[in-house]
This record gives sequence, structure tokens and C-alpha cells, in this order.
Amino acid sequence: MRKKWGNIGNKTIPFIFLAAILVFWQLIVDRGIIARYILPSPVDVILVGMKILPEIKVHLYTTLQEALTGLMVAIVFSLLLAMLMDNFSLIQKAVQPLLIVSQTIPTMVLAPLFAMWFGFGLLPKIMVVILVCFFPLVVSLLEGLNSLDPDFLNLMKSMKANRWQMFYLAKFPSALPNFFSGLKIAATYSIIGAVIGEWMGGKAGLGVYMTRVRQSFALDKVFATILIIVFLSLVLFKIIELIQFLLMPWRRAINK
Amino acid sequence: MLRRLLIILFYWERRINIKLRVSNFTQQYEGMPIIEDVSFYLQEDEFVTLIGPSGCGKSTIFNMIAGIVPIDEGKVSIDGEDCTGKIGQVSYMYQKDLLLPWKRVIDNTALPLIIKGDSIKEARKKIIPYLALFGLEGFEYKYPAQLSGGMRQRAALLRTYMFSKDIVLLDEPFGGLDAITRSKMQYWLLEVADQVRASVLFITHDIEEAIYLSDRIYVLTERPARVREEVAISLPRPRAREIVTSAQFNRIKKHILFSLS
Ligand SMILES: Nc1ncnc2c1ncn2[C@@H]1O[C@H](COP(=O)(O)OP(=O)(O)OP(=O)(O)O)[C@@H](O)[C@H]1O
Ligand SMILES: [Mg+2]
Repeated sequence: MRKKWGNIGNKTIPFIFLAAILVFWQLIVDRGIIARYILPSPVDVILVGMKILPEIKVHLYTTLQEALTGLMVAIVFSLLLAMLMDNFSLIQKAVQPLLIVSQTIPTMVLAPLFAMWFGFGLLPKIMVVILVCFFPLVVSLLEGLNSLDPDFLNLMKSMKANRWQMFYLAKFPSALPNFFSGLKIAATYSIIGAVIGEWMGGKAGLGVYMTRVRQSFALDKVFATILIIVFLSLVLFKIIELIQFLLMPWRRAINK
Repeated sequence: MLRRLLIILFYWERRINIKLRVSNFTQQYEGMPIIEDVSFYLQEDEFVTLIGPSGCGKSTIFNMIAGIVPIDEGKVSIDGEDCTGKIGQVSYMYQKDLLLPWKRVIDNTALPLIIKGDSIKEARKKIIPYLALFGLEGFEYKYPAQLSGGMRQRAALLRTYMFSKDIVLLDEPFGGLDAITRSKMQYWLLEVADQVRASVLFITHDIEEAIYLSDRIYVLTERPARVREEVAISLPRPRAREIVTSAQFNRIKKHILFSLS
């Protein structure tokens, strides 16, 4: 009985908690404890969000375009680097330590630099996205490629498999779970990366829009934009989860 | 003189049809000797077992024959030809079943064909006639995680067989199975071996299994492995399950038990 309660709780408790926070927030603003122009209430944010949707659409598309382009490029490059490192131990030895050290650099701080180098078009934003997505992808891919029991490779060797066959028949599929964990992180980073890139200036994008409404002190619109960014990241995350679900049918079979 | 002798030896080997000969295997692992001067042979259509204590170096001997590990000292010859360190000359089943979790049974068993360059469609077509013989009918589209231990071993065996070399190395294929399944699988293996006519080199540390299956048994010592004794099993074939309770069977069993300790 108690166990059952625990199971229900695991899913509903966070929702109840979130609802409680929102109600509390709404009350604080409605009672005038905090002024509206400093903190808009949740209801305000949602209403404004719906109102600005038509004008924000173009910004949303731009940000999405930058994020997805950057993510794709990062996937391709991380795959290439991971394959190289996996096949050539010299490259692995040379790159691995740098990779780990570079993880500690907050890549976002490079955004102003990119703006100076590449101007105010899409390119500097895409560069930020590539950079923030690249490392979680490479690291998770390498981890995945190393997770395979080496006896699988010995078995394939005994069947005269070549290196490419060992890679695509055994190594790569075994790296998929790790790859997808990395991809989910990278996907959420990609939206934030694009927005931060846009803060440095540009014609369109959620980051550009945010800067504009902030400068006119429309705090409710800032909040609404943040909400949209969060929502976008979540949707991307869920899409990747769905792709993983579709690409890895054997996992479903095990759970049945 | 030596030449003459070699020629005579060569024809003698041809006459009794030696498929595989291992000569003077000696191997170290990280400076520790694990195999010492091990020699044996396998005739055509023969079932030969290497029996020895856990960790004595049996799997290492198989890895050496298959060319997976570099050989310190010794020679492998197959059909009279030197195949030392040569890969792809034998069908080799590992101690672990090593089924790829993301491939269905039919594609797992087709792996050797895929590696040889068949398309998935062609490979599947070639597998289908063997599913019944290997007791996998109805399971071909399941994933390995959905199978019982016995079924997984059958799948691993079929995959080994699909590499289609006439020498088959089986490393403790039934090691992880319960006694009942194990006994069924042994009986089944004899039937299959009879139908597909292969020369089988088998590893186990189960004495009864060794006697029941084999024509000859090599008893190995503790690490470093040496050949302590060669035992010919003259039990008649085909062998019924009850043979394990016969007096002759128990005499051999006692003998090997004594030899092992
Ligand atoms: N790759 C390896 N990693 C660790 N130890 C190894 C390896 N290869 C050989 N050895 C050592 O060599 C010895 C022989 O190993 P091997 O696997 O050949 O024994 P085995 O007779 O097959 O044992 P088992 O009955 O447990 O399968 C072991 O004691 C082991 O410590
Ligand atoms: Mg072993």
C-alpha cells in the first residue's frame, strides 16, 4: 500500500509542488506585495505570451534554424572526431586531455568574440551552438564506443570482419545509448547557445527580441520569451527521446 | 633423409585425415606462463574435448588456434597446411554467447554472412532452412534479451555454424545452463553434429559432458596447462542419454576424475 503511494507520488509530487509555487507567485503579485512592473504574474506572462506569438514567430524560426543547423554540424564533427580518436590511438592521446580541459571552459563566453569575428549574421550564432554542442556529443560518443566488450570485436575478427564492419555492426550501435544521452544535453544547449549568440546583436531571433523588450522595460514580454525558450528546449528534448525510442526497438522488447 | 621422413609423415597425416594439429603450444600472459608445450590433433568428423580446471588456459588455446592472440611458440596446421596465427580458418564459438543485443536472432545468426558481404535479405534467406535444426523456429524475430539461456546458446551455435568451416571450436557452450537444459542441449548437439558432419574441438570442465560427447578427451593440468593424458572413449554411437549410468561410463569417469586431481 505504502509502496503504491510512493509510485503515484513520484510523478504527481513535482507537479503539485510546481502548482503551489505558481499559485504563491500569482498571489504575491495580485496582492501587490511585489509590483507588477518588477515581477509579472504567471497569468500575465501566459496572456502576453499568446499576444506576442504572431510577432515573435519570425524570431522563433530564426533561433530554431540556428540551433538546429549548429546541432547538425556538431553531430557530424563529433562523429568524425570520435571515429578518428577511436581508430588512431595517437589522435586519442593528443586530443583526449584537451577535450577534458576544454569542458571546463564556459563556451558561452566566446560569443562576443564570434560576434566580432563573424559579424551579425547567422554564422556567429551557429558557431556558438556548434561549440556548446560539440563537447557533450564527443565525450558521450567516446564513452559509448569504449563500452563494448572487446570480445565482440575478437569474435568478429575471427569471422574476418574488417574495421569498418566492426564499427558499423558492433561499435556504433553499442554507442547509441550514450550518444543519445549526449544528444539530449546538446539539444537543450543548442537553443540556449543560439539565444546567447543573438544577445550580441542581430536582425532576428529570440535573443534579439529579448534584448529589445528588455530595453523597453516590458518585463512581462521578457518572461514570456523565457517561457518560450524553455518550451522549445523541452520540445527538442522530447523529439530526440522519440527518435531514440524509434531507433532502438530492442530496448522496448526487453521491457515487455 | 629428413625430407623422406617429412613426406612419409605428410602422407600418414593424409591417410588418417588429420584436420587440425596443434604442436607445442607455449604461451605467457603478462609474464606468467599459462600454456606449456601442449600438442594434440583432431581427425575428420571427430569430436575431441579439452578438459581442465578453471583458469588453466583452455580459452587461450582456442584464441591461439583462431589466430586472435599472437602465438609465443607453437604451430597450428589445418589439413596439413601451416595456419599458425591465421585468422578465419575455423568456426569459433566463444565462452560468452556474444549476441548483439540490437540484432534480432535471425540477423545475429546471419552475422558471418553479412560480414562476407551478403545483403540482409540474402543472409536471412540462407538462415531460414537451419532454424528448425537449431531449434530456433518461432524465435527468429526475437531479440537476444527475450531468449532463455539455452536459446541464446542455440543462436550462438547457429551463428558459429554459419561461418561454415569444417573445424568447429566450442568453448564451454553449455557452461551457464542449468543441469536439465544442459543435458538436453548435449543430446541435441550430438544429433546436430551428426547431421552437419563437422570436426569439433570442445572445451568443458564437466567430466560427464566430456565423456558423453567425445571420441577422445585430452586432460589438461592446472595452470600452466600441459596435456596430462589422452583418453579414447569407445562408447558406441549413437549414444542414448542413459549411457551416463552405465558401468563403462562410470569407469571412464573415475579414471578422468583421478587424472584431474
Ligand atoms: N585477456 C586476459 N585477461 C586477463 N587474464 C587473462 C587473459 N588472458 C589470459 N588470462 C589469464 O590466463 C589464464 C588462462 O585463461 P583462460 O581464459 O585461457 O582459462 P580457461 O581455462 O579458459 O578458464 P575458464 O575455465 O574459467 O574459462 C587465466 O588464469 C587468466 O588469468
Ligand atoms: Mg575459458
